[in-house]
Amino acid sequence: MALFLRSNHLTAILLVLLLCQLLYASGSVLVKGEEEFSEELLLKPLPDRKVLAHFHFETRAPPSNSHGRHHHLFPKAIAQLVKKLRVKEMELSFTQGRWRYEQWGGYDTISSNNAKPPGVELWAVFDVPQSLVDASWRNLTHTLSGLFCASINFLESSTAYSDPEWTFQPSLGKLRYGTLPREAVCTENLTPWLKLLPCRDKAGLSALMDRPSIYRGFYHSQRLRLTSSESGLNGVDSGIILEQTLTVVLQPNSRTGKIYSGKTNIQPSWSISSIFGRKVSGKCVLSKTSNVYFHIEKGLISELENLQKKNTNSGADKFALEGFSSNLAFELSVTPDKMFEEVDNLDNKSASVLYEFSIEKYSDSQPFDLGLTWKIPVVWSTRQGPLHASRFLMGSGNQRGAIAISLESTELNEDLPNIDGGCELRVDIFQVVPWYIKVYFHTLRVFLDQKPRAVADVIEKIRVSPSKDKVSPGVMEMILKLPCGTKSAALTLEFDKGFLHIDEYPPDANQGYDIPSAVISFPNFDTRMHLSEDVNKSPMLSKFQEKSPVLSYTEILLVPLTTPDFSMPYNVITITCTVFALYFGSLLNVLRKRVGEEERLLKSRAGQKTGRISQLLSKLSAKLRGKQQEQPQLSAAASSFISFKLVFKILLVAGIAVAWQYFWE
Amino acid sequence: MESKKAEKRSEIKQTSSFWVWVIASVIFRLILIYFPQNLNLSSRPEVSTPLTSLRRLAEGYWLKQSSMSPYSGSMYHGSPLLLSLLGPLTVNGIEGQPNHLQCGLLFVLADVVSAMLLRATGQSLQMSYSRSLKLLGLVQLSKNSEMLSSGDIAALVYLWNPFTIVASVGLSTSPIENLMIILSLYGASKRLSSLAAFGWVMATHLSLYPVVLIIPLIFLLGYGPDGPPRKLFLQRRCIKDGTNPISDNFCQQDELLNQSNLPVTFSWKPVIHFLFWVSVWSVYVMVLCGMSVKQNGGMWEMFKSTYGFILTVEDLSPNMGVLWYFFAEVFDFFRNFFLIVFHVNILFMILPLAVRLNHRPCFLAFVYIAISSMLKSYPSVGDSALYLGLLGWFVFELADMQFSFFLFCGYVGVSILSPVMHNLWIWRGTGNANFYYATAMAFACFQIILVVESVSAVLNHDRMLRKLSVTDP
Repeated sequence: MALFLRSNHLTAILLVLLLCQLLYASGSVLVKGEEEFSEELLLKPLPDRKVLAHFHFETRAPPSNSHGRHHHLFPKAIAQLVKKLRVKEMELSFTQGRWRYEQWGGYDTISSNNAKPPGVELWAVFDVPQSLVDASWRNLTHTLSGLFCASINFLESSTAYSDPEWTFQPSLGKLRYGTLPREAVCTENLTPWLKLLPCRDKAGLSALMDRPSIYRGFYHSQRLRLTSSESGLNGVDSGIILEQTLTVVLQPNSRTGKIYSGKTNIQPSWSISSIFGRKVSGKCVLSKTSNVYFHIEKGLISELENLQKKNTNSGADKFALEGFSSNLAFELSVTPDKMFEEVDNLDNKSASVLYEFSIEKYSDSQPFDLGLTWKIPVVWSTRQGPLHASRFLMGSGNQRGAIAISLESTELNEDLPNIDGGCELRVDIFQVVPWYIKVYFHTLRVFLDQKPRAVADVIEKIRVSPSKDKVSPGVMEMILKLPCGTKSAALTLEFDKGFLHIDEYPPDANQGYDIPSAVISFPNFDTRMHLSEDVNKSPMLSKFQEKSPVLSYTEILLVPLTTPDFSMPYNVITITCTVFALYFGSLLNVLRKRVGEEERLLKSRAGQKTGRISQLLSKLSAKLRGKQQEQPQLSAAASSFISFKLVFKILLVAGIAVAWQYFWE
Repeated sequence: MESKKAEKRSEIKQTSSFWVWVIASVIFRLILIYFPQNLNLSSRPEVSTPLTSLRRLAEGYWLKQSSMSPYSGSMYHGSPLLLSLLGPLTVNGIEGQPNHLQCGLLFVLADVVSAMLLRATGQSLQMSYSRSLKLLGLVQLSKNSEMLSSGDIAALVYLWNPFTIVASVGLSTSPIENLMIILSLYGASKRLSSLAAFGWVMATHLSLYPVVLIIPLIFLLGYGPDGPPRKLFLQRRCIKDGTNPISDNFCQQDELLNQSNLPVTFSWKPVIHFLFWVSVWSVYVMVLCGMSVKQNGGMWEMFKSTYGFILTVEDLSPNMGVLWYFFAEVFDFFRNFFLIVFHVNILFMILPLAVRLNHRPCFLAFVYIAISSMLKSYPSVGDSALYLGLLGWFVFELADMQFSFFLFCGYVGVSILSPVMHNLWIWRGTGNANFYYATAMAFACFQIILVVESVSAVLNHDRMLRKLSVTDP
């Protein structure tokens, strides 16, 4: 009976468990939140005979309440970081090389979002009360520094980060921004970054990342962006989105490039295997989508159209999918699966084209190797941002100088298209200056077309937080309103160079100090790409279709600072203290000398000449006599006085001693 | 009759030549001010320190205008009152004139007023000194002391001192600080308690170090201007009466009654007035400061970034002082210790000097000013200009000073070498910091010698007076 009962209990428990499991499973199906991973690669020929490769990996985790702490694809380290530090949004980039806005473009999503300043850039928005933001930031820097083997922990000190208010997004003081311009980026940063991918670099597109060929490139920027919406208040079931991109600009081997008609070099032909040294052997099995895109930009398309017109006199029609891949100018080795054309509503000129290659059908035996062979030399230019920003230093010597930010209008964008209302060009500038560059904000001067202008006419809004020595950097955010026809604008700011304590200098002090890049954005212009077809499937293309302002970074400035003599501390301490001793001793000596003493000394010297013994005798006799004479009359008057004084003194000392004792007991 | 006329004529001649020199110095300054770019003097580290730089003041004013606290960065460390006085002048210049013209004119005015006050104080000092010498019966000496008009000399030394000229043309605020110090000394020597209190409170408010001047000011108000040691008067009385000078215990007793015209007794009334006015003025200044920093930061922030900045030597940029290189190089864990030691070095000397020089309050003030301008955390040539000007008051007493030519050469040498070394280090990069530091050390040594020698010269002068008054009746 008892045994039966027990078994009954057991079955009941099992049943309940089973039910629970069923419910849970159905629940998780209902949320339709599967963790997703997608991998994409964009290839694009650049006008200066280089190739841009842009890897885009995206991992999505559904809101955490459905899955608890378990993750299939999503990297656990990142999920924990988000949960623990309540990171709402975060972007970390490691970059080497400088993005050339003139040649590689300044008006598309890649140049605005993925062209980053050299070194490390990190910004994060936290979902914590304002008082805890700094503490969260400190924890975040340490965590990331451990995760990515970089010295991000140097961003912890309050002199290294700042809190911009408008530039990145309206943040209500919960955004922190910091850069390390001198951080050297190498494989030890890439490996942990690849570890976050479900297939690492063993399969799929990431297998292309051959370290020597990537780091041989002219520019590479690895970036990690996190967006989390834990609460899901706005109905978006996004959870955490981890977006990892690697942007590389590579120089294809130009051995194959032959000189055409003696005038211009033909663009070098390349293939995936020639630029990366590897081929794509199938997709990462865990990924949902795995595509390679080939992007032909607007300038190149219009150039090709011109060529077509010239040669055939019939080319009014748009290129078909097949027709284009083997056109006059170049040839693609693989037939694309799909083609997207950009729809530009404003002008009916040519628009850029995207070819899609799905690599699901490729395998080890039949690897994917996209190649491009140029047939004739083509010269085109990329689309530039509205203004080209550069920054430089003025002045010489190690005492003071000036920072100048100059904005030159690019010839291509003479007709400013996207301006809403009156003809004004809005430019946002965000600049962080380390504290040892002591900027005088009142010396801000504005020049439009080389003519000085009143600051209030041009600058609509300015926010300055001046630097505090050894506490916080100087931050300047401003909004410029430039009239449309402006050819060039320049801002100058004067500064004094600070002098640091001997311990604050870095190991190679004479190299100079880096001023982080200024961020210059044009909110009136957006980089959105209007594609003809719905591309909801591809996260990269949907990213391209998001509205985001044109953004560019200026150069990093290297400011040499004066150094003291590092070998001098002991000498300086001893010499200074000697001077102080000289002052104290000699002044006290002068004050101590008394007239009477000197005279007595002189007299005694004079007396010494007559002979010691006789002098001593005379002195003794005089003393005796004097004593005999004076003692009676003095003692009566003085003794009572002295004794009273003595008693008083003794009482005073005793009283002090008692008070002291009492106080310390 | 004839000789008196000649005397008067020569006096008129003297005063007219004095005014010519004053006007010449003003014209010289105006010419220098009118130079473009201000001769780059305002960026010299010897002229403008973090405390006195007008450029930093303009930055503070700009921050204040954009509704931020002027102390929010570590640029401005001066007083909020100076900010509201000079700030508007830095912004709106007159059309077609150099931008700094108004401030420059104000500083020239401050210099001239300082010189006039120096002259008036010097004259009254001289008069009272020769009177007290006559009282001691030293007629010959008193005539000698009248030969040189020390007020005129002090004023001209102050006006024509290259340090003063550079400080006022180089747009540092030290002429105003100096004016306040001189104003307090003038007020005390004329026994105008409220004026002395105002000068002292303002000077302390502007640069903290003049706080030690309260001791000489109280002596000056209590005992009157400089004179021979007070003991000599008593002895003199006793000698006149024919009693034994040694046992002056008895002698003092009956002299106390009719001594009111002698600088022997300490009169409490002006001192109490002075203290009362000090409290009134300091409350007034505090209220004004509180009003001007009320919107942002408040008083604590103000004290932290003015007095705190002075006391903790945060800015390590090179200057003529001895502390910047020391604190740039010293190990961090010793920093607080040395901060205390160096500041206490100024305070340690206050008591011994006050004991030995209490009969000469003006000279005591000179020594205090010289010491603090030598050991302060951000010294500039403006501070040296002040004590060199005050030195002119004591031409008669310091006539026998040793090493005066050596000191003169030293000052000239340092003021030539210091810019050269700075240029080599900062601009050319061929020298290094030690070169400049060496000139700063040399300057400190010369200042030490100046102070020590002048104190010993005055003490020797007192000894001589004592001897003379004892020996010849």
